[in-house]
Amino acid sequence: HVVKRWKSTIRRIDKLLIANRGEIACRVLRTARRLGVKTVAVYSEADQHALHVSQADEAYNIGPPPASQSYLRGDKLLEVAHKAGCQAIHPGYGFLSENVEFAENCEKNNIIFIGPPASAIQDMGIKSKSKEIMSKAGVPIIEGYHGEDQSKAKLKQEAQKIGYPIMIKAVRGGGGKGMRIANTESEFEEALESAKSEAQKAFGDSVVLLEKFVAEPRHVEVQVFADLHGNAVHLFERDCSVQRRHQKIIEEAPAPGLSEELRSELGAAAVRAAKAVGYVGAGTVEFILDKKSHSFHFMEMNTRLQVEHPITEMITGTDLVEWQIKAARGEKLPLNQDQISLRGHSFEARIYAEDPSGGFLPGAGVLSYLRSPPVRDDIRIETGVREGDEVSVHYDPMIAKLVVWGENRAEALLKMQTLLTEYNVTGLQTNVNFLLDLARHPEFISGNVHTNFIKENNDSLFKTKTASETQLIQAALGVILQDEVTDIRNAVNRKDQFNPFIVESGFRINHQFNRDIKLEFKNEEKLVRVKFVDQNVFHVSLNGGKSWKIVNGQLSREDETVTLRCTIDGIKNRVNIFSDDNVIAIFDNSGKVELELEKASFLTEEVDDSVSGGNKAFAPMPGVLDKILVNVGDSVKKGDSLFVLIAMKMEYVVKATRDATVENIFFKAGDNVQKDVTILQFKEENMS
Amino acid sequence: FSKSRILYNQSFVKFLHTDTGNVIKTKIDFKSQQFINNEVHMKNLVSTLRHRTDEILKGGGDKAIQRHTSKGKLLVRDRINLLLDKSTAFLELSALAAYDMYGGGINAAGVITGIGKIHGRECMVIANDATVKGGTYYPMTVKKHLRAQEIAQENKLPCIYLVDSGGANLPHQADVFPDKLHFGREFYNQANMSAAGIAQIAVVLGSCTAGGAYVPAMADESIIVKHQGTIFLGGPPLVKMATGEEISEEELGGAELHCSSSGVTDHFALNDEHALYITRQIVKNLNRRHVENFDTEFEPPLYSGEDLYGIIDPDLQKPFEIREVIARIFDGSRLDEFKKKYGDTLVCGFAKLYGKKVGIVGNNGVLFSESAMKGAHFVQLCTQRNIPIIFLQNITGFMVGKDAEMGGIAKHGAKLVTAVACAKVPKFTLIIGGSYGAGNYGMCGRSYSPRFLYMWPNARISVMGGRQAAGVLSQVISKGKQWTQKQIDDFEAPIIEQFEREGSPYFASARMWDDGVIDPKDTRKVLGLSLAAALNAEPEKTEYGVFRM
Repeated sequence: HVVKRWKSTIRRIDKLLIANRGEIACRVLRTARRLGVKTVAVYSEADQHALHVSQADEAYNIGPPPASQSYLRGDKLLEVAHKAGCQAIHPGYGFLSENVEFAENCEKNNIIFIGPPASAIQDMGIKSKSKEIMSKAGVPIIEGYHGEDQSKAKLKQEAQKIGYPIMIKAVRGGGGKGMRIANTESEFEEALESAKSEAQKAFGDSVVLLEKFVAEPRHVEVQVFADLHGNAVHLFERDCSVQRRHQKIIEEAPAPGLSEELRSELGAAAVRAAKAVGYVGAGTVEFILDKKSHSFHFMEMNTRLQVEHPITEMITGTDLVEWQIKAARGEKLPLNQDQISLRGHSFEARIYAEDPSGGFLPGAGVLSYLRSPPVRDDIRIETGVREGDEVSVHYDPMIAKLVVWGENRAEALLKMQTLLTEYNVTGLQTNVNFLLDLARHPEFISGNVHTNFIKENNDSLFKTKTASETQLIQAALGVILQDEVTDIRNAVNRKDQFNPFIVESGFRINHQFNRDIKLEFKNEEKLVRVKFVDQNVFHVSLNGGKSWKIVNGQLSREDETVTLRCTIDGIKNRVNIFSDDNVIAIFDNSGKVELELEKASFLTEEVDDSVSGGNKAFAPMPGVLDKILVNVGDSVKKGDSLFVLIAMKMEYVVKATRDATVENIFFKAGDNVQKDVTILQFKEENMS
Repeated sequence: FSKSRILYNQSFVKFLHTDTGNVIKTKIDFKSQQFINNEVHMKNLVSTLRHRTDEILKGGGDKAIQRHTSKGKLLVRDRINLLLDKSTAFLELSALAAYDMYGGGINAAGVITGIGKIHGRECMVIANDATVKGGTYYPMTVKKHLRAQEIAQENKLPCIYLVDSGGANLPHQADVFPDKLHFGREFYNQANMSAAGIAQIAVVLGSCTAGGAYVPAMADESIIVKHQGTIFLGGPPLVKMATGEEISEEELGGAELHCSSSGVTDHFALNDEHALYITRQIVKNLNRRHVENFDTEFEPPLYSGEDLYGIIDPDLQKPFEIREVIARIFDGSRLDEFKKKYGDTLVCGFAKLYGKKVGIVGNNGVLFSESAMKGAHFVQLCTQRNIPIIFLQNITGFMVGKDAEMGGIAKHGAKLVTAVACAKVPKFTLIIGGSYGAGNYGMCGRSYSPRFLYMWPNARISVMGGRQAAGVLSQVISKGKQWTQKQIDDFEAPIIEQFEREGSPYFASARMWDDGVIDPKDTRKVLGLSLAAALNAEPEKTEYGVFRM
């Protein structure tokens, strides 16, 4: 037969559409640019000024803020790809990354979908199917029911067979949505209902599967990679056990406490799994690892680049986005299994706009202040936002991923603990303090992680925090010095900065100027009395003047970061501070302490009307009103559902706090509402 | 080659223009017994001053404060602090006014006055303390109010009146109502200052009854607090007396009425804090620029102001070296002296205060003809060059005796008095020791209208020393009589006691012969603040009267 003199399966990708937003869009963009590939971003109306838009070579508007009308609109994305002349689309994670139809449409439109073949997505997207395939390929799977009979009776019967506790999971689920645990038979029906309705809402499909619930499981996943030439490798495992609301917040690679044998067993099983589905590109095979027995079971396969991929890159020295692009072009994998080695240890902490002590409710708002530690070879900050950007109610509230690498676990962890104290945000609530407590928790330090970690260590992780004396003094001094800076800055503008009225700040004749700084920490008022003794010498009292501390300090500003150096009774310390009209935040070794400043009384006077809180129902978080379940005039009983709020793709039902009659409803379904606004009002209670 | 030559030239120039030639080198022995004794003495005086000030800060006392704050009103000093820029210094004036007068307790004469920055602009604040006898006007209250207006007028400072006063103190009406410099003058001043473009802003934070009603009514802009401020010519009791009409204070002259019906006030405030916020906004919109800015960096003095405690001898008959005082007040402890070897009992020279050039005239002993002529010459230099003058007074008087009179000390002294009287540059006087006789005049005493005048707590002011006065009087009375020493002592003792009492800085300050008694270590700050206030006014041209030659 004829010998081919020239052969190439390489497809050209010199312009890439990134069908995502936020940090992953920026991440993909970075590698694409390094490889000389031109980038095209897309954005919803809410993201017009987003970082990923400004970094791309070109950017296209694809519709209104809700993802369903923009980032999930495959047709629009393909249109943009054509218009812009892109050969490929990188879907990132989330959105359309695991959407079979979209992957197929890409192929049909002659656009390379950077991901696995549609068939692999399809197979792995249905949990029952994926388990069947894995089982056949000799990958251990967990006992469960994946049947088509979804009747309550059948499911209950199967649950009995598997044994409680049992996990009910949406077949099309992911990210913890449509997932419930029934500890006993009595809990089963309620859990089933709730899982089904959530699944229906999130995925348009209420089919569930049942699984044996492992009590102290670890979530260990293996990064795999395959090319079009039939090669498949693994890049070691990640431990993503520490989760809240079934979502990961801190991940590490490799998983702590694994023997080399177990590690290679996991890797081999994952490669088998990838090969079993004819996988191409980046994928992750998730396993449940029993903390005690170290037996592991296939859980699911994620057919995309994962949020936590950077830690794998850190320990293997690879760029997985580069691998993805190469695999998509039809190139062979850059390394074979023997060439991939594991070096050091890496952690990733996900910084979210959320309220850890308020059940991790997601938040939204403007990042009025954002400082992050400088990036180095061993430190990565993956983010899609800048100071002044808004964390929108429409999308995931993740602000950044802090990724560190160290020679070993202890070193990497120490770096992360320190760097978290340098990730400073105000304007909205974040989980930075919580991550810090987590990273410093003795159990976490010793690598004793499992998926119930947060729940089990609840008491030690959610200790009630108080603002320390030092922090209060720092805050008060910060306020005073900041005011001084303001006055000096104004004086500089007037060319009058050496005016004695400015230079001798706070001077009074034959007595000392006393200033009371009122601060509020978690609704508790703190009064700090500051006496101006001499230039930059203050006496500060926290007990209304009974005892005084000698304090001096100065503010310095470097790269827009304000540092307060102060001496309190001879002890010197240094912290970063942020302040505006409303708050002052101290960033120290314990993370952030944010204190509210006293507001001018006349600003609040007319806002506060006489209606008490008990007569109103508020939005617990910013979001979109999905449904209002009552009408004006309705009588409701305590505990009755009033309205449903959708935020961050999650559903919140607000219930009546007492028996009452609905007097007024201020919004309608579909309205966008801010946190703490009054949604509806009850009739005044009759005094009887 | 050329580069090195330039460098060489520069260092050569630097060598010639030495930078330290005018620095005063202290000769104080900090370890001497004298220094230590002086320090102990002065510290006692300062501690008394601070203690008395602390008492004055208590205003009308706990009960009155309780009554005042229970109505939601802020205390006067809190109002001032809220009104001013947060970190500004506040140059409070005459805190000791009415001290130990009217049977005591009329702290600060019931009105706080002083200068501070509002949105970067120096303003005069005149604020009634309603906790002191309802903020009513005693004679010293009127005097203090008028003095603050005078300062504002001379230095072109916007006036902010924080009004919370029951009007004239009726038992003292004869001493507050009718005379030229009584109550009516306040409104005369308001009108004339407004005419001169000096903003007049009134904030009605309490009552403004009868004459008091004219403070907001005469103001350029006025603010009133709801349910708290009232303005009426006659209060409800008077109305009932006059017309039989029964009406509440709020209906008669409350904020709602005056903002929406009468138009007497311009701005409606919800509370004190709001009113003060509005006031700040008004000042922000005054659109006036500084005549002169403090825009050059300065050196602090080389020596600590606290050294002054040990330098000043409690015995005013013992002179002290005025250059040691100057070295602790002015920039870099530098002084460029004028006519150093001539008339050396008066030290004249140029120095800087917070980077601004000033002339200094300081006593270093009794005034002789030469020193008086030197002083007159120096004052002329300052007015010629538009340089403010600071007088450091420690003066027993002009020299007496046959030689002095024959040498024409009277006409030479008159030259100094003429020069000082006519000088239109800002003048500042600080009495650091004795201030006796015509020395007080030649050194710009109160009658010579210095923009500001302060005293140290060790200072004494009287026509002559108590001992001299007693001696003079006993000589006159006992002429031709043979008095025993005991008779002389008995005669002189009450005179000495009277002079001692009336010469005290507290006696002086209570009657507002000065603008305040200050801690010596704060001298630089107080003079600096006064200078900053004074530089708000445009320079004026000086014309002198006839110098008798």
